Amino acid sequence: MNNRVIRVDQLARVEGEGSLIVKVSDGKVSDVKLRIFEPPRFFEAFLRGRKFTEAPDITARICGICPVAYQMSSVMAMEDAMGLTVDDGIRRLRRLLYCGEWIESHILHIYMLHAPDFLGYEDALLLAKDKPEVVANALRMKKIGNDVMCVVGGREIHPINVCVGGFYRVPRREELQPLLDPLKWGLDQAIATAKLVSTFEFPDFEMDYEFVSLRHPEEYPLMGGRIVTSSGLDISIREYEFHFEERHVPHSNALHGLERGHGRYQVGPLARFNLNFDRLSSLARQVASDVKIAPTVRNPFKSIIVRAIEAVYAYEEAIRIIEEYEPPPLASHPLTPSAGIGCGASEAPRGMLYHRYRVADDGSIRDAKIVPPTAQNQPTIEEDVRSFVGKFGGLPREELTWKCEQAVRNYDPCISCATHFVRLEEA
Amino acid sequence: MNGVSASAPSLLIGVGNEFRNDDALGILVAREIRRRHIPGVAVVERSGEGTALMDTWGGAALIIIVDAIFPAKSPGEIHRLDAVQEEIPRGFFHYSSHTFGVAEAVAMARQLGSLPQKLILYGIEGKEFGEGVGLSDPVLRSIPALIAMIEEDLHALHAV
Repeated sequence: MNNRVIRVDQLARVEGEGSLIVKVSDGKVSDVKLRIFEPPRFFEAFLRGRKFTEAPDITARICGICPVAYQMSSVMAMEDAMGLTVDDGIRRLRRLLYCGEWIESHILHIYMLHAPDFLGYEDALLLAKDKPEVVANALRMKKIGNDVMCVVGGREIHPINVCVGGFYRVPRREELQPLLDPLKWGLDQAIATAKLVSTFEFPDFEMDYEFVSLRHPEEYPLMGGRIVTSSGLDISIREYEFHFEERHVPHSNALHGLERGHGRYQVGPLARFNLNFDRLSSLARQVASDVKIAPTVRNPFKSIIVRAIEAVYAYEEAIRIIEEYEPPPLASHPLTPSAGIGCGASEAPRGMLYHRYRVADDGSIRDAKIVPPTAQNQPTIEEDVRSFVGKFGGLPREELTWKCEQAVRNYDPCISCATHFVRLEEA
Repeated sequence: MNGVSASAPSLLIGVGNEFRNDDALGILVAREIRRRHIPGVAVVERSGEGTALMDTWGGAALIIIVDAIFPAKSPGEIHRLDAVQEEIPRGFFHYSSHTFGVAEAVAMARQLGSLPQKLILYGIEGKEFGEGVGLSDPVLRSIPALIAMIEEDLHALHAV
């Protein structure tokens, strides 16, 4: 077992790009490389010359799981470029749409992708065979997120109702009301989910992370606010690129996100939870206390518990927004294009998503920069795998390979699929 | 609340990503079927995330899913599977690499007893799945034949 290679062949069918390779030589980890497929590069080029109004719908196509994140970061960047602050009612409605996405994405990840790891099932299908009621329940929980997206966003995948300046159409009160009972049911289920996943067995594994997330004066972060880090940085979104950079690494087409003068960092549920615990609702904080999880969580495997707490928050926040809802006076603010540079950031389910656009006088996009959460987490994922194999290298081959996949899945990367195609080879 | 007319007896779901070359074929075929306004046929586009697909198929008597297929024999080759009768090989569809895609959705629905009455999967073996817009030649050449086969299925149902 002194020399071996753990290879996770991701997306073999996409020209072989993307994989996880861990090399162990003389009992020590000599190399960890995570290669990921990263669509935003193409989209950045594709956006050049398009109208500023097209950015939300085009970038929403980058991801089938988190289109709202792409839409929200892009509309906020465009509105920043044009000096527009949207009406509070529009902002609340956007937040509701975002809750729908968090519900969908977190429940999908918890039950379909992550829980099978902890329960010893190869995948959710085998889990469904043994516990059909658990999976059927999870699908129902997730569908509530779809329904929120459908009512607010126009449809559940790639919402079509979001525009720079607001929405094409805002829902009437009575359109949102039918969501309340299912959301209340979902909230109870999310609390039960947090309790369930907190009973899982977690490896004894902690890392010293630099956490990075948005922070809002009053809310648990979904959109906007400032960017904060666990080492004390507190900057405006416009200052992001002064403090964070993306570097090419020889082994990957994807760029690695790094904090200048600091190095790798982590975005996502653990970062949000650790840096914004005081912004969670009292119920979400109570559930966290009941399941005995509190900041600072440094065990990445426990991200499944934090996702469940965030799901509690998302159901509750959606209920609150709907109960207080009054349609905003205007569906959207009229906008005349003007030249400018704008930045926007929001919290995709898997972490902070940053957009920057330069727009010309005629409203055409001159250039675009999109920094997705998975690119930012990539160096941290590699370090987790390196440390995990260093600590647990003595585990049987099959178990270690599985745990390495799981270490990648902790981050719910857009490539979590990949980790199902694993081979462990002798070096 | 799935945006689909519950009363439509047939539902065609185009699956794919229009910015990943041949992965767009399901979406493009769906748009062509929609353009033809076949009575009783609802058309939707999906990314291929499995649980969202399961939400979509509702109560339609016939569901047709069109997706790109990972190249096995030759790009452009058309495949037709009756998903109620046959198991789908995992990894068959291009998107199924994304953990929970078309094949997994069908398998999960089978497991949970929620398969539609009739479910037909169509696919064309793709060639190019990189970032970009536009289908490869072999896929383009097969599209008319695929549309003809789909129309035949739809008409057969409505003739009964």
